[in-house]
Amino acid sequence: MSRGLRFAPIALLALLLLAMIWRLSKPVDTSVRSNLEGKPVPAFDLGPALDTKLALSSRDLATGNPHLVNVFASWCVPCVTEVKVLQQLKATGVAVEGIAVRDRPEDLAEFLARNGDPYERIGGDPQSSVQISLGSSGVPESFIVDGKGVIRYQHIGPIESSDAAMILRQLDRAR
Amino acid sequence: MTITSSSPRKQEPSKTRIWIPAFAGMTMMFCAPLWADSNLPAAYWANRQLPNARQEAQAQDLMEELRCLVCQGQSIADSDAELAGDMRDLVRRRIAAGEKPAAIRAWLVQRYGSWISYKPTAEPAAWPLWLAPLGLLLVGALLMRRRIRR
Repeated sequence: MSRGLRFAPIALLALLLLAMIWRLSKPVDTSVRSNLEGKPVPAFDLGPALDTKLALSSRDLATGNPHLVNVFASWCVPCVTEVKVLQQLKATGVAVEGIAVRDRPEDLAEFLARNGDPYERIGGDPQSSVQISLGSSGVPESFIVDGKGVIRYQHIGPIESSDAAMILRQLDRAR
Repeated sequence: MTITSSSPRKQEPSKTRIWIPAFAGMTMMFCAPLWADSNLPAAYWANRQLPNARQEAQAQDLMEELRCLVCQGQSIADSDAELAGDMRDLVRRRIAAGEKPAAIRAWLVQRYGSWISYKPTAEPAAWPLWLAPLGLLLVGALLMRRRIRR
């Protein structure tokens, strides 16, 4: 065995350690994006999540104006802070629609009473079927749908107040 | 032991006092997944076999090749996540309705990309996967030849 080759294991170890340090400092983005950006919203027709709210179907989205469709749930912790941002967006004239995933009417009513209700309509999705057909992998997620019913943008995770300007820009682009 | 208000120990909490909130914090950290579950029971076909054994076998084979969106790295057949349960329900319902497993897989791939399927495809990103065994066999054969010649 040549002298140089003797140091190969140490060099390999150093390389491995470097690779590990690099990955730890730059974690992988594990979010799964929907492939439906740029494609029409799959047809769906959800019942009302609450007696006091209007139901949501895909026809309600192709109305000529862009909509912000928020996939949320009363049992989702980040959704609590997101609702406040959604209310600010609503105050600027954004049409916010909700899809409540695996929710019970009583839990949802309490959630809206406590945190506020920015939603024009809320469809109830008790078996996540519309969530899956949208290519969404969790709550909260939001989809910007243009006036023709085409998905223009997907936001994964809660919309923070720092995201509001970007969301408004995306809505403008969808106009 | 009594500690008076002028005691210097008051400014400096004892070590055990630090451990209590630390322990509580750690416990809460492990509790977090509980918050992420809904109050609804599992979907009907999430944990129930189809009455038709052939259809159930088809569903099982497909579910083992579909990747869970929550517990990434597990199949939806293995995962306890609610979304995985809802996806099992979707797979069993569609198979019971007579849909082909390949069509269900394609429907999901259309939404989530090839990420959702464990079955390797022939797309360029997967070529190294198919070529690696051939390459390794070739290297092995070369090594063998050198040994035999010696």
